[in-house]
Amino acid sequence: MPEMKGRTPVTAGASTLGGAPPESAPASAGRRQRHELFLGEGVPESGTENLLVNVGPSHPAMHGIVRILTELDGEVIVKADVEIGYLHRAFEKECETGPYNNCMPYTDRLNYVSPLINNFGFCSAVEKLLGIEPTERCHYIRVIMSEISRICDHLTCVGASAMELGAFTVFLYMIKAREYLWEVIEAVTGARLTISYGRVGGLKADLPPEFEGQMKRAFQETRTVLAESHKLLTGNRIFVDRMRGVGALGKDEAVAWAVTGPLLRAAGVPFDVRRATPYWVYDRLDFEIPIGEAGDNYDRYLVRMEEMEQSMRIAEQAFTALPGGPVNVDHEGRPFTPPAEYVDRGKLGKTGGLLLTDIRLSPNLRGQERPYHARVNAADRRTVLPAKENAYGSIEGLMNHFMLIMDGFGIRPPQGETYFPVEGANGELGFYIVSDGTDRPYRVRCRPPCFPPVAALPVMVEGEMIADLVPTFGSVNMIGGELDR
Amino acid sequence: MDGAEILARLGERFGAAIRETHAQFGDHTAVVDRAAIGDVLAFARDDAALRFDMLMDLTAVDYLTYPGREDGPRFEVVYHLYSVTHNHRVRLKVPLDEDDPVIASAVPLWPIANWFEREVWDMFGIGFAGHPDLRRLLLYEEFEGHPLRKDYPVNRRQPLIGPRT
Repeated sequence: MPEMKGRTPVTAGASTLGGAPPESAPASAGRRQRHELFLGEGVPESGTENLLVNVGPSHPAMHGIVRILTELDGEVIVKADVEIGYLHRAFEKECETGPYNNCMPYTDRLNYVSPLINNFGFCSAVEKLLGIEPTERCHYIRVIMSEISRICDHLTCVGASAMELGAFTVFLYMIKAREYLWEVIEAVTGARLTISYGRVGGLKADLPPEFEGQMKRAFQETRTVLAESHKLLTGNRIFVDRMRGVGALGKDEAVAWAVTGPLLRAAGVPFDVRRATPYWVYDRLDFEIPIGEAGDNYDRYLVRMEEMEQSMRIAEQAFTALPGGPVNVDHEGRPFTPPAEYVDRGKLGKTGGLLLTDIRLSPNLRGQERPYHARVNAADRRTVLPAKENAYGSIEGLMNHFMLIMDGFGIRPPQGETYFPVEGANGELGFYIVSDGTDRPYRVRCRPPCFPPVAALPVMVEGEMIADLVPTFGSVNMIGGELDR
Repeated sequence: MDGAEILARLGERFGAAIRETHAQFGDHTAVVDRAAIGDVLAFARDDAALRFDMLMDLTAVDYLTYPGREDGPRFEVVYHLYSVTHNHRVRLKVPLDEDDPVIASAVPLWPIANWFEREVWDMFGIGFAGHPDLRRLLLYEEFEGHPLRKDYPVNRRQPLIGPRT
């Protein structure tokens, strides 16, 4: 077994930061040893001593909890090491303990800034295992909601990075725009962050009637904010000086470090899963992949700003192309049968097609006034949890629900393994699922998109100033939930 | 290059070292001998026709309780390779026995393997020969056991570790 390398935390002694270190400081053996315990870099020839600084784990610029150990020579980072795992919640182990649908809330908490993409990515992986194909409408809604999520993620990332460089106004503007988008998400899913909107084979519910107006308004607000932020940041001397040429990762390096998403595109590699291996209906939509040249923080910022505009384009196109007629009909274009009539039909023994006909109840359960979910669910009813109004309102719905929830029943994909990649906000988000034929996944592996950039962070910051650590780390957009799982 | 051609190319180059191949659910997969994995990965990266320049993912699976595989090799290390140049993917799997769960490290080929392998070591206790710095990644050093192994109970509690003195 390879030897485990111990690490001793070292507290920075007398501060030499900013000032010249004492000329005559003897490089004593004890000190030398202390350094070797840390990162292996000894005392430089000049006789001055490097300073060890812990950034984090709890630090306002750390976007969660992560610890960066830096060894400084003056203000220059000589060596850095990243320590992660503070947010480890055993996502992969927990997923093995319950049925497939139980994983859905856990996936919300992977990238908690764009949880919809995680939801749909997991669903698509299980659908691939099952060999089922959701309806067209479901695909389009997944695209729309994923793109809205992506905008939220980029807004948070750019806004927070700008704030850390002093541009607090931009942060407030962007959070305002995100608020409008979250209102749309709330109207669709019923929650803002922990949405659990995906279902294997479909979605929890269809889009609400007021969706179009809300989305238009949110996009209008977002475009205004983007225009304002462009004016405030893109030509801003302070911002440009802090971002340009900082934290650069070249093309080959980025590929070798398996960096994907905006960071890779900023380095000039036009890799986007939506284009490279199109899933859902991305091949029918027209969008551009913005790429940068230098791969530095400034290019990453520009790529993210442009991607938000492209995401809005995609969502608008998808909404225009959204298949399906008027809202109050089911998947065959029939108007819904009122509940009373539904019951009467059952009493007369006319049970044919009852499950296909939705009922509309109005007790006090909020959100059940959306009876058109049937159009988005897959044809195979054995996988999709029935809507709550059906589970509570009809015996068929209850049985359907029960058969999916009962231990040993539910979704049982055939034995095998599959990997399904989607384009998350930070890059390729992949789910590798191994099924043993039972109703519980044998193994769920999430390939977190922000894991490689955080691993490559030392390469980006070594040789640069300690102050540049903050914008670089901000542009990496570390999300603790998916990094540590 | 489509998946079948990739598998054929690997097969003709390495012969018996590629134990079996399949394309379940459209994912082309090759099961590789442990002894050959270093060469296979290097070939996959450097061959002009394959050019798998990105190690997209590296993980492992513990097949201890998998129906029908109780007696086979316990672990499998899984590589997902992607080629940015050619836009194709392949999955390589290496079975490992329980008594000697060590495999050659991919760090010399892709620097990102460093963290992926640390995570696999952390979660499964699979060693990587030639890894420069194999310590736990997500858990703390005092943690006992490897939690993603199937014989690690999901509800086991371990003491919280205070600040080191």
